[in-house]
Amino acid sequence: MAVKIIMPKLGESVVEGTLIKWLVKVGEHVEEFDSLMEVESAKVNTEIPSPATGTLLKINIEEGSTVDAGTILGWIGKPGETVPDDEEVDGEDISESVQPMQTKTKETQPTLQAGRDRDLGFISPVVARLARENHVDLSKVTGSGNNGRITKKDILQFIEKSSDSPPESDMAAWETPGEGDLFRPTELQFPDRFTPTKSATPKVEAPLPSANREGSGSTGDQLVPLTKMRKAIADHMVMSKQTSPHVTTVMEADMKRVGEHLQENKESFSRQGIRLTYTAYFVAATALALRAYPLVNSTWTDHGILVKSAINIGLATSLEDEGLIVPVIKHADGYSISGIARVLGDLVNRARNHQLKPDDVLEGTFSITNHGTAGSLFATPVINQPQAGILGIGAIKKRVVVIQDAIAIRPMVYLSFTFDHRILDGSTADNFLAKVVSVLENWQ
Amino acid sequence: MPEITMVEAIRDAMDEELARDENVFIVGEDVGQRGGVFRATVGLFDKYGADRVIDSPLAELSIVGVGIGAALYGMKPICEIQFADFIFPAFNQILSEAAKMTYRSNGAWTVPMVIRAPYGGGIGGGLYHSQSVEAFFTHIPGLKVVIPSNPYDAKGLLKSAVRDPNPIIFLEPKKGYRLIKGEVPDESYVVPIGPASVSRTGEDLTIFAYGMMHYYALQAAEQLEQEGFSAEVVDLRTLYPVDRDTILASVKKTGKALVVHEDNLTGGYGAEIAATIAEHGFTDLDAPVRRLAGPDVPAVPFSHPMQEWFMVNTEKIFKSALELARY
Amino acid sequence: MELSSELKKEMYWMMLLSRRLDERAWVLHRQGKIAFHISGIGHEAAQVGAAFALKRGEDWVTPYYRDLALMLSLGLSPAEFMISLMGKAGEPSSGSRQMPSHFSLRKVNAVSHSAPVATQAVHAAGIGLAIKIKKEKKVVLTTIGEGSTSQGEWYEAVNWAAVHQLPVIFLVQNNQYAISVPPEMQMAVKSSADKACGLGLPGQTIDGTDVFAVYETISELVEAAREGKGPALVEAKMYRITPHSSDDDDRTYRSREEVEENKKHDPLLLIQNKLLEEGIYTEKDLEELDQKAKQMVTDAVKIAEDAPYPAAEEAAYPVYAEEVPNA
Repeated sequence: MAVKIIMPKLGESVVEGTLIKWLVKVGEHVEEFDSLMEVESAKVNTEIPSPATGTLLKINIEEGSTVDAGTILGWIGKPGETVPDDEEVDGEDISESVQPMQTKTKETQPTLQAGRDRDLGFISPVVARLARENHVDLSKVTGSGNNGRITKKDILQFIEKSSDSPPESDMAAWETPGEGDLFRPTELQFPDRFTPTKSATPKVEAPLPSANREGSGSTGDQLVPLTKMRKAIADHMVMSKQTSPHVTTVMEADMKRVGEHLQENKESFSRQGIRLTYTAYFVAATALALRAYPLVNSTWTDHGILVKSAINIGLATSLEDEGLIVPVIKHADGYSISGIARVLGDLVNRARNHQLKPDDVLEGTFSITNHGTAGSLFATPVINQPQAGILGIGAIKKRVVVIQDAIAIRPMVYLSFTFDHRILDGSTADNFLAKVVSVLENWQ
Repeated sequence: MPEITMVEAIRDAMDEELARDENVFIVGEDVGQRGGVFRATVGLFDKYGADRVIDSPLAELSIVGVGIGAALYGMKPICEIQFADFIFPAFNQILSEAAKMTYRSNGAWTVPMVIRAPYGGGIGGGLYHSQSVEAFFTHIPGLKVVIPSNPYDAKGLLKSAVRDPNPIIFLEPKKGYRLIKGEVPDESYVVPIGPASVSRTGEDLTIFAYGMMHYYALQAAEQLEQEGFSAEVVDLRTLYPVDRDTILASVKKTGKALVVHEDNLTGGYGAEIAATIAEHGFTDLDAPVRRLAGPDVPAVPFSHPMQEWFMVNTEKIFKSALELARY
Repeated sequence: MELSSELKKEMYWMMLLSRRLDERAWVLHRQGKIAFHISGIGHEAAQVGAAFALKRGEDWVTPYYRDLALMLSLGLSPAEFMISLMGKAGEPSSGSRQMPSHFSLRKVNAVSHSAPVATQAVHAAGIGLAIKIKKEKKVVLTTIGEGSTSQGEWYEAVNWAAVHQLPVIFLVQNNQYAISVPPEMQMAVKSSADKACGLGLPGQTIDGTDVFAVYETISELVEAAREGKGPALVEAKMYRITPHSSDDDDRTYRSREEVEENKKHDPLLLIQNKLLEEGIYTEKDLEELDQKAKQMVTDAVKIAEDAPYPAAEEAAYPVYAEEVPNA
């Protein structure tokens, strides 16, 4: 029976894709998993493997066309096989010039790409153990064994890669399509995550954590002279509010898994001289979300939106009465959680000891403010110009939540995302924030 | 180092042990003037005399039983069973007497003896000159079961066996007697009973074998390399008591195990190895443990096509290992 | 051959002690204090006569399970026997691993035996072979019941000894029953000694109830064997006065009349009469000796009852000679 070729959904928010190039001509033979076409979407530009072995019988969509995810692009089957006509097709005839199917003598091992939708098949004891020990989500591991089984080698390679940069491998799993027919719109799988509460947050002055407030005039009032830093902060805040239209959206995240991971690893990290904190996880999650939504990692210019290639996350750090400074974790998406924790610890220490170098506070592309340290639940942070957004982290509090119609007590946190409405619309901003939530809630 | 055959190595080992210890003697059918039907004792009768290289009556039970008696007296008999297929009349003496003597006498009596027996098929020997008998003996605490796979080990292990204070079943892959050659040093050495040998290191899977099958396993590993797979080969050498540490270490490394023997599959020795791995190495496994063994028919048929149907060989090991490697 | 009074007294004492111990074992069993006893009542003359014909402690013995009187003559103590009946710690034959009456006494060269019958005969041939190879002036006595001479193992053992002219005395104790089966169902010859002519060694049948006759006959054969004149086969006839073992009911296969008739030929009565006739002992002497024997038995029971059981963990060792301390 002929197998349909569909437009994959290349990423969470993506609903359409552009067929750049067919890599196989009608009538030509293609092996399952061999590259079939090149597709571009808002997120990726990638070669898509064939869903089956056979002859490319028919093409429905011409190169250059942009179609919805799930659209039938063409058909693969035996030479001469007719394509089912109960599907919507463009009316093109099946090419008569099909070549006879080539018989391949050499056995080929099918390789199953990573993806959420796949049936993992047989998980061998050693793979199960390694996954448990290394907190590996097996759905993210590409299998090269029999019928796409994940082999010991596969998971070892995955772990090796992950130890360099776990966010990247995490990312790869999301951006790589699952296999053919099993593919479903992600929204249908996780409807709750894709109907986020949009809140047009009321505009109140952004209370930066621990920032010294000026008193109002009455008897005994005291005029506190402006320090250089205080003045700079003030200027920047005003400038920021005047420059970009601020909108804040808030979501909450269940921190159970992060908390467990933190407890599990705190001690071993500590032995390596690394202080593992929740902040590190927020930085890591943000970095991942920024990779998924590059538009959030950008700057408004009159000529267009400048999407930054580097993900450099600034962390607003209180210097108590002195004010606030924002040291920057450069290339935050390139670190493992331990790497982030290490860099973070170093920067915060040096910030508090006034040992930051000029370079440490430059080139930030996105900021996080941890206003929850003083108990604040959510806030409407002010954007650190010329960035496109700032993420506010509230206090982690145990709250009663409903999980699968059961009441549970979970450590919850509000995440307040203020974004530049010139650059981002509500839906993109919400999707970005939802991604942060998703990473935190599914922490491995 | 000179290259010699398996059977020459075995003879050299006995020669050296006869010369070393006057309590050592050989007893068996045709071991005297004839030098053994496989020529394993050739020349020893002339060198050591009729008191030390003794032609027995044609009765396996008493070759072993007399050996036990002599061992109780302090001698170190090397009992030759002409073909392993003929060992079963002596089974009671091995099982009830030799193996249990130390235990049943609370250590007052021990039986330091070696029972040598050529085993295995592929030589046109039919049902009763081809059997692999190891599984019967690897079930018996008190015995040690040794199977060499090459001349170096054959000599070193046999010398260890003669010096061992326990009854040893020393099974020799008869097809390899002249087929398998190898370098053996001139100077005296022994190979300890107990440790297995990692005869080839690899990453993708481990082939556990012994005797003739080990010889084939090494060849299969070469072929696997052509296919891009790196096979580790473990020569078990001492089947009982078995070297679990080496087995489990190799499985931990490769995650896949193929156990090969020529004997019938069911209840065969491979089952014990497979069980050991399943029991102690479960979370190291990346594939189910696989066994490749002779079929469950009573014995090896005589006619060549049927014999080849029975026999495990390089090609069968290669195919099985390849499937496992690709698992 | 003129036997000294002292020798006669000694032999009588061993027969008496054995009888009283054996009787007490039956009592203990019926009292529920022991699990099992296998009796040698009626065999005392043959066993004591044979034992005294040896250089006890130097010559070798591979006994069988009825040989209580033989073992006592060799050096087993009444307390040791009682300890074996109760499975207590310090039991000399097996550390109470084996059932009672599975004898072994290393210090007097009495070899451990098993329950599959006739296995010990082959060991005797092996020991004889070792003695011959080492050119030592020792002899092996192996004992067996007449039923067990049906075993192939026994024929192989006798054949070996005959072929190689080994210093082995094969003593068959024909007590008329192999559990329930009479001799005519075991063999077509009148005596197992008749089998000797087919195997090429001298065979003779003697009265196994006459300790002095047994002693004289076996002594001659032992000395001939010691001088390298080869093995001999002797059948000593007696009657098994008791059931086969504590669990047997001999009423199912023999009449009380038959048993009562045969009690007239009780070897203990015979020797008592001879000693009285010859004036070596008076009735009073015999009574005193009997009291002494019974007291010894009582003391032995006390020692055994007071002895501890072996620790359960001792069951794990020794499987191999390496596990034997100071071996």
